[in-house]
Amino acid sequence: MDNLLLLFQAPPLALQVLIDGLLVGAILAMPAYGMALVWGVMNIINVTQGEFVLLGGFITYILFTTTGISPIWGIPVSFVALYVIGWVIYKIVIFRIVDRDLFISILATFGISIMLQQLMNVFFGADIQTADPGLESWGFMDDMIIVAPIRLIAFAMVFVLGGILVMFMRQSRMGRAIRATSQNARAARIMGVDTDKVYATTYALNAAICGAAGALVVMTSVIGPFLGIIYTVRSFLIVVVAGLGNLGAVVVSALGLGALENYAGFILGAEFQVAFVYILMVVILIYRSLMLRRQRRYLT
Amino acid sequence: MTANKPLLYGLVAIVGLVAPFVFPAYVAQFAFAWLFILFALTWDAQGGQMGYNSFGNILYFGVGMYVCIVVMVGYSYNVAEYTAPGGEKAFTFSTHQYIIGLALGTIAGGIASAILAIILGSGILGLRGHYFAIGTLGLGIAAGELAAGWDFIGAGSGVAAPVFPDAMGSRSLFFYFVFFAITVIAFFAYKWLYRGRFGLAINAIRDDEDKAEAMGLPTTHYKTMSWMVSAFFLGLVGGPVGLLIGFIDPRDTAFAGVTFGVWMVLMAILGGKGTIWGPVVGAIVFLIFKEVFWIYLLQWQQVALGALIVVIVVFFPQGIMGFLREQWPERFGHRVEETPLNDMNVRGEGEA
Repeated sequence: MDNLLLLFQAPPLALQVLIDGLLVGAILAMPAYGMALVWGVMNIINVTQGEFVLLGGFITYILFTTTGISPIWGIPVSFVALYVIGWVIYKIVIFRIVDRDLFISILATFGISIMLQQLMNVFFGADIQTADPGLESWGFMDDMIIVAPIRLIAFAMVFVLGGILVMFMRQSRMGRAIRATSQNARAARIMGVDTDKVYATTYALNAAICGAAGALVVMTSVIGPFLGIIYTVRSFLIVVVAGLGNLGAVVVSALGLGALENYAGFILGAEFQVAFVYILMVVILIYRSLMLRRQRRYLT
Repeated sequence: MTANKPLLYGLVAIVGLVAPFVFPAYVAQFAFAWLFILFALTWDAQGGQMGYNSFGNILYFGVGMYVCIVVMVGYSYNVAEYTAPGGEKAFTFSTHQYIIGLALGTIAGGIASAILAIILGSGILGLRGHYFAIGTLGLGIAAGELAAGWDFIGAGSGVAAPVFPDAMGSRSLFFYFVFFAITVIAFFAYKWLYRGRFGLAINAIRDDEDKAEAMGLPTTHYKTMSWMVSAFFLGLVGGPVGLLIGFIDPRDTAFAGVTFGVWMVLMAILGGKGTIWGPVVGAIVFLIFKEVFWIYLLQWQQVALGALIVVIVVFFPQGIMGFLREQWPERFGHRVEETPLNDMNVRGEGEA
């Protein structure tokens, strides 16, 4: 608890923690939005979210170490690579579980997530990795606050990608088809929408968004084959708070989670930061369910 | 088939008692077979019978394990000294200390888990569907992370279990009979519970919780009770598992969500959800798969297990018992006259 006092005694430090939290939180908005997309359109909770993020990170890392080019190029490469991987996974497994009950979809994606974890472990090794783009840190207020430029780039990238996604969903033919399918899949099918293709695109797009997020993660923090589940839980937490299909709310709650988590990590100690996220999720779920229970309703 | 029942039980009992002496090389595997049956049984009490698919039952297993070790060590020594990293002092347990400590620790573990289930139950069991599944998943991992940060119980570096005293003979054999006893007790406890009002109540919750509640059934009470019973047995077995394995890692042994936590779900599904024999069959079949994977697929065993999960869930969700029931319904209707399986069958036919 000494650190709590420290935050009040040194306001620049509090600001530093806040800024770091917000910059990390922005990245979390991406897998969360992908999860909301898949959940809303296909009624599947995709537990592989975290593994897609890490896979994007590993692809960027491999690109960085083998060719030596700046890891920023990993963002488009991971996006495309994960789009393909997502499509393949849809064509092998996911299309079989779209109409099945939710338990089957959770467990099946959980199985895929275990497979991906172990495949990453076999191919990339169990060590944690990071790809440093080698940019110099910027100091503000007499170097009291230090910001890594890559985090700012990541922050900006989130908004750029978000803008592109919104444009895609609003303007393009496929975006319209996705929105129509999420409203009513049967009606969309009657109107001539190829829902199978819509599902495949949605799932692949989700994987691609996660992949791009993974490229940002590997530049700003670390990745390892078994660190995926925390991203899945964070995504779930953000979606539960923000609701489905509202990108603005997703970004705001992601920023909030990032800041809150960073403060918790600072005050309680870094070893409890991850535990804090899980407990926060359980507490929020119970709180919402208790609120709804007064009205004889429950979370659906 | 009813007449054959004592025969079946007798056969299982004889196999259970004789197997470790006939194949002494596989005692540890047999011990794990009983453990896995218990895992599947306790999971099925929620997932199969009540329709609440928990991914976090491993929480109670881990809590039981830690409580048991702490009580057991605390009976003879200072716990903080014991768990301190790199301690020079050697801790040896005499047979007397070991047995009394184990007995106290095991019971304490079971009771602690049951109490925890009652405390958590009213909140967590109010969640449904997706939310319950992910919420319990988070609960299980959170416990592991907390244990990994708590110095008193060894933090992230884990804690070595008390060494089995040499005077007591084979460690595997001893724990084989511990697991055997706990699992047999659990099996008959569940059988007895499912036969009565409790079984009907949780099946009603599975079929339609809102209607069950509208009929005046205290659903929260029954749901918590079901979770409590599972938590008790998982907590009970946790300590002995920790002692058999010999080393307790917070994430990989105690709160091992990715291994034991998922396997218990998989075994119950493989055998057939919502039947009493399903988890038993599923656990044995799964153990065979697992051992084969571990022997023949170096490095790739976990990948194969992940693939197995996907294949079972996607193509075979009704499980072995479910499949058999579809093939020979009349034999099943006859065979399980006195178990809740029969209730389900009758109801199924009634609806059709």
